[in-house]
Amino acid sequence: MEVFFVSLLNGLVYGMLLFMLASGLTLIFSMMGVLNFAHASAYMLGAYFAYTLSLYVGFWWALLFAPVLCGLFGAGIEMYGLRRVHKNGHVAELLFTFGLALIIEKCVQMTWGLLPVPYRIPPTLDFALFDIYGTQFHAYRVFMLVISAAMFAAIWLALTRTRVGLIIQASLTHPEMVRSLGHDVPKVFTLVFASGTALAGLAGVIGGNYHTTDPAMAFTMGPIVFVVVVFGGLGSLLGCFIASLLMGLLQTFAVVLDYSTADLLKQFGMVVSSTHPMAELLNVPIPRIGALLPYILLVLILFFRPRGLMGTRDT
Amino acid sequence: MGIKLRAVLAAFGMAAAVTAMSVQAQTKPTIKLIYTDPLSGPFAQVGDANLKQWQYVISYINATGGALGRKFELIPFDSKTQPAEALLALKAATDQNAPFLVHCSGSNIAAALIEAVDKHNARNPENRILYINCGAVATELTNEKCSFWHFRFDINVAQKVEVMVRALPKDIKKVYLLNQDYLFGQSVQRDAKIFLQKLRPDIQIVGDELIPLGKVKDFSPYVTKIKAAGAQALISGNWGPDINLLVKAGIESGSDLRYYTMYTHLAGGPTAMGPAADGKVLSVMPFTENLAPQLKNETAERFTKTFRDANKFEFTSATFRTILEYLQAAITKANSVDPVKIAYALEGLSQKDFLGYDTVMRKDDHQFISEYIVGNFAKGVKYDAEGTGLGWRPDTVILAKDLMQPTTCKMKRPAK
Repeated sequence: MEVFFVSLLNGLVYGMLLFMLASGLTLIFSMMGVLNFAHASAYMLGAYFAYTLSLYVGFWWALLFAPVLCGLFGAGIEMYGLRRVHKNGHVAELLFTFGLALIIEKCVQMTWGLLPVPYRIPPTLDFALFDIYGTQFHAYRVFMLVISAAMFAAIWLALTRTRVGLIIQASLTHPEMVRSLGHDVPKVFTLVFASGTALAGLAGVIGGNYHTTDPAMAFTMGPIVFVVVVFGGLGSLLGCFIASLLMGLLQTFAVVLDYSTADLLKQFGMVVSSTHPMAELLNVPIPRIGALLPYILLVLILFFRPRGLMGTRDT
Repeated sequence: MGIKLRAVLAAFGMAAAVTAMSVQAQTKPTIKLIYTDPLSGPFAQVGDANLKQWQYVISYINATGGALGRKFELIPFDSKTQPAEALLALKAATDQNAPFLVHCSGSNIAAALIEAVDKHNARNPENRILYINCGAVATELTNEKCSFWHFRFDINVAQKVEVMVRALPKDIKKVYLLNQDYLFGQSVQRDAKIFLQKLRPDIQIVGDELIPLGKVKDFSPYVTKIKAAGAQALISGNWGPDINLLVKAGIESGSDLRYYTMYTHLAGGPTAMGPAADGKVLSVMPFTENLAPQLKNETAERFTKTFRDANKFEFTSATFRTILEYLQAAITKANSVDPVKIAYALEGLSQKDFLGYDTVMRKDDHQFISEYIVGNFAKGVKYDAEGTGLGWRPDTVILAKDLMQPTTCKMKRPAK
């Protein structure tokens, strides 16, 4: 029970962090049809900007300004990079963002060095908020949960209750129609791209000190975010939300479930002897393949439901 | 016209100077060490810190005269933590006729390199190469997989684990093993069980786990599991982010766990652990800057301080200096840079390191044995780590003579 509750909370924190990253990417992916490889780089930039800003103005201003900087950066990329490349089709855009991700990583390495920077949790949040079954639950994790939940609510309201949100929603599903109605779709694109990168930046600000801020952080976070986006489905923020939480919980619980396929078979009266040709494979416990599970799910969903969990269009 | 003539003359002058320089360089070619380690990807910071320390040590040794009047030259290659990439570095090394291939990180890579060097040297007797291993420590590499061409300059997993198990306090009865799922981690897992059973039969292993190498981002679920298992201490051979994030998550959960590690002292470790780790984390390590002041060895202290002042992080790889001193001595003794002659000169070579301790390159298995340290990450030390205010306090120094474990290596030697 104790393990269950602690893992549930851990899974939620991780899932919400994933959601912050993935929500922006879902919007960008749905609208432009481009898997933005540089998205996780914005997450990294957010963390580094926040680190540098927090040295001068403190964490709270950094929390405000770092995402804004990321958003401006994103807007610049969209207006002067992607838009130009767009003419040459999706493959060119894809390669452009891929190259961009590599360039950003190198730039970060050159600016801040290869070593992780000492970007720390602010002292005001650095205490154990409560105790569950003897495990301290850090105030900062609650803060992360609050920020990401607030952000989810904010995007939800913006998308469903404002005029811009309606246009964005329309462009998600029927970009051609929106253009025909005379809306400035490129402007909407820029707006979405900028907000998407700002969200990733925000995730970086609060995720960077929770994990470690180093030049490899984009590289390690990138693949899982793609899984979330594809799994959640194109054009669906709710799908993205569910997928994020699912991946967060899945990875957390995979760690604590010390069972293997052989144990499962035992329940049905089948005992796997060590001489069995598949014994090695069947005895692999779940924690050892935990990190693989999201990718297995990715393959499965592409196989059986290519539009994703809540997707409204095919990938 | 005059200007043009002068320019032409200047160009000639330059060309002459360049030629003169290259002639001079040809008479005294450098002794090349091709160095490969992860310089990008999740383990980059470890490789980068190694590279900076190598460069520092090389320039220091070159200032003492190099070997046979020739300077050492380090040429780095990114291994990307992939055996295939490291083999490309080996190819580059043999193409340049370099006598040494240097590699520290990743026992799986080391295994591939040992095999490739064996094959290369058998096929190309006129262009042989020595593999200088500065940190791939899976026990197998100097036992079953031992090779005449491979010299390992760091004590192996079995030796490190023995040191670690001996350092476990008497009140610890329950330990948890967590290691990386590849050759090295499995080696730690196996040897930890052997030595726990042999030296501390009273200790119960309440958990035994392997994690994928460099893939886990959030270790809090693991910490929950470790706590639920009732462990008092965690034994882990993890390195890079796999140990940094693990200890960070553990410290943050406020759990009363002690950490027995091998690589928390490497780049990024102290930053991730932070001040809350005071007195909780032990590392079985080759060196700490706080050892020299404790020994009142001022020259050694100055040596590490010069590095720290220039690089803003601490010098941990004292073995690199010892390696070069061994190579220097072996090359001088062999009076040649021929790898076979150097290898024979290295075998059984015994020297004092710069701290004054006895060290030896054991002939039977080419396993280097030096003093080793149990460092405690604590407040109140002279030199802190990564600006955390805490640093590695050398609690115990184990002498080389107490680390002489037997080997199962049956070495095949080429003709002299």
